[in-house]
Amino acid sequence: MTPAPVPPLSDVAFAFTLALLVLAPLAIAGVALINAGLGRSRSAAQALLGSVAIVAAAAIVFALVGSAWVGPVAGGAGHSFQLAGKSWNWLGASPFFLSGLAAALPQAQLGLLFELLAVAMAALIPWGSGMDRWRLTAGCAAAAVLAVFVFPLAAHWIWGGGWLSQLGVNFGLGAGFLDGGGAATVHVLGGLSALAVVWIAGSRKGKFPKEGLATAMPGHNAVYVVFGCLLALVGWQAWNVAGAILWLHTAPAALAVTAVNTLLSASAALAATFAVTQIRFGKPDASLCANGWLAGLVASSACAGLVTPVEALFVGLAAGIATPLMVELLELALSIDDPSGAITVHAAGGLWGLLAAGFFAPLPGQLLAQLVGIATLLGVLLPLVYLLFWLLNRVVPFRVDPDGERIGMDLHELGGGAYPEFVIHRDESYR
Amino acid sequence: MKYAGLLVMPAGFFLSIAALILFPAPGPRTAFVLCGLAVEGMGLAVAVRGHMEAREERRP
Repeated sequence: MTPAPVPPLSDVAFAFTLALLVLAPLAIAGVALINAGLGRSRSAAQALLGSVAIVAAAAIVFALVGSAWVGPVAGGAGHSFQLAGKSWNWLGASPFFLSGLAAALPQAQLGLLFELLAVAMAALIPWGSGMDRWRLTAGCAAAAVLAVFVFPLAAHWIWGGGWLSQLGVNFGLGAGFLDGGGAATVHVLGGLSALAVVWIAGSRKGKFPKEGLATAMPGHNAVYVVFGCLLALVGWQAWNVAGAILWLHTAPAALAVTAVNTLLSASAALAATFAVTQIRFGKPDASLCANGWLAGLVASSACAGLVTPVEALFVGLAAGIATPLMVELLELALSIDDPSGAITVHAAGGLWGLLAAGFFAPLPGQLLAQLVGIATLLGVLLPLVYLLFWLLNRVVPFRVDPDGERIGMDLHELGGGAYPEFVIHRDESYR
Repeated sequence: MKYAGLLVMPAGFFLSIAALILFPAPGPRTAFVLCGLAVEGMGLAVAVRGHMEAREERRP
């Protein structure tokens, strides 16, 4: 079976998509700022420097090696095998080191830029979950591991003409697995990587005492967190619209709806989280509201280009209700120390968005295609990432030594703090 | 226990893929894909449980 031909981009559409992709890094900036704000003050500089270093490491490794496994924007060459009379394209086969990029089709060039940003975001997400104990070198090494093989594998299956994108052609399941804004390749992959990091690096010292509830370790700067949400909105709008053009081939007349849906999903999620935390704690919680907003954006990544505005509101509402409850569940019941809430926001939010896309997309069999995609993310990528990170941890230990955790990552890893003129809290002040 | 859970998860994935190949009719196909997801969910639950038990043992 050959994939459906991709409609060519006009010059105007090329310029417009390129402009959107220039704005998309604001989503990365927003997430980095949210992560830094949700961490402790004595690790703030390391958190932000780590974000930049991880983006750089992921981009370099992906450009040199990983991009070769993704393959062209849609269809084309790849490594395939035959099973039950169907072709299963499982790995791309493009030149290494971005050879021939300048001569590639405009759509392929834009696709590669989108993937470069996507791999940077995917690698950044687990950084927030490992805050206050994950070493900078180990974070960069993990980003390289994600960029060299895991992300390219997922991106090829979903965007590069791989077997998940061909579920519609081969098995009559809608239009194949759909992921316009990177909910699967970026957010679910990043969120599941965050889970693997938390399992391997362990919890922060003093987080789970021998007796009593988990220790509250609130973020050190709510202003960073909330401003990060606003920055992320700009980047997400650009990201979702660019993704709708490149991967869903949405007509120009429908692009405004994608942007509207993105904002509506985030807004409904924020309103829901605001209400839930108001009811549960008597006052709205800034960090949980930020997580809710982000979960709405993440859910919109999967379905903003496929649903109506009312459906986008529902998707955001459900994400916003579930986010604070799941953050509590992970921390209090399951002993998972995730300072940024990335597992809830990115993994669970992304999975919900992918499922909602299947429910609401007006294509027969689309829900089943989305379910198969979700089964692939959970059944293949999580064990694979855990295995690779577990091996990596043997070579580059993830966790900082106890002294480093005591004095803070800034002093230990960088030799200076983010706020040299302020008093830094000690561990005892959290009790 | 955590590793056992993580090993179960790919089994759920293969069940979902087998459903696509073996069952052309939408009903059984959907049912088996859902069974695959349920197996993955059980694997994840076992892995989480393993993490909790390991943390209990390491508690100061």
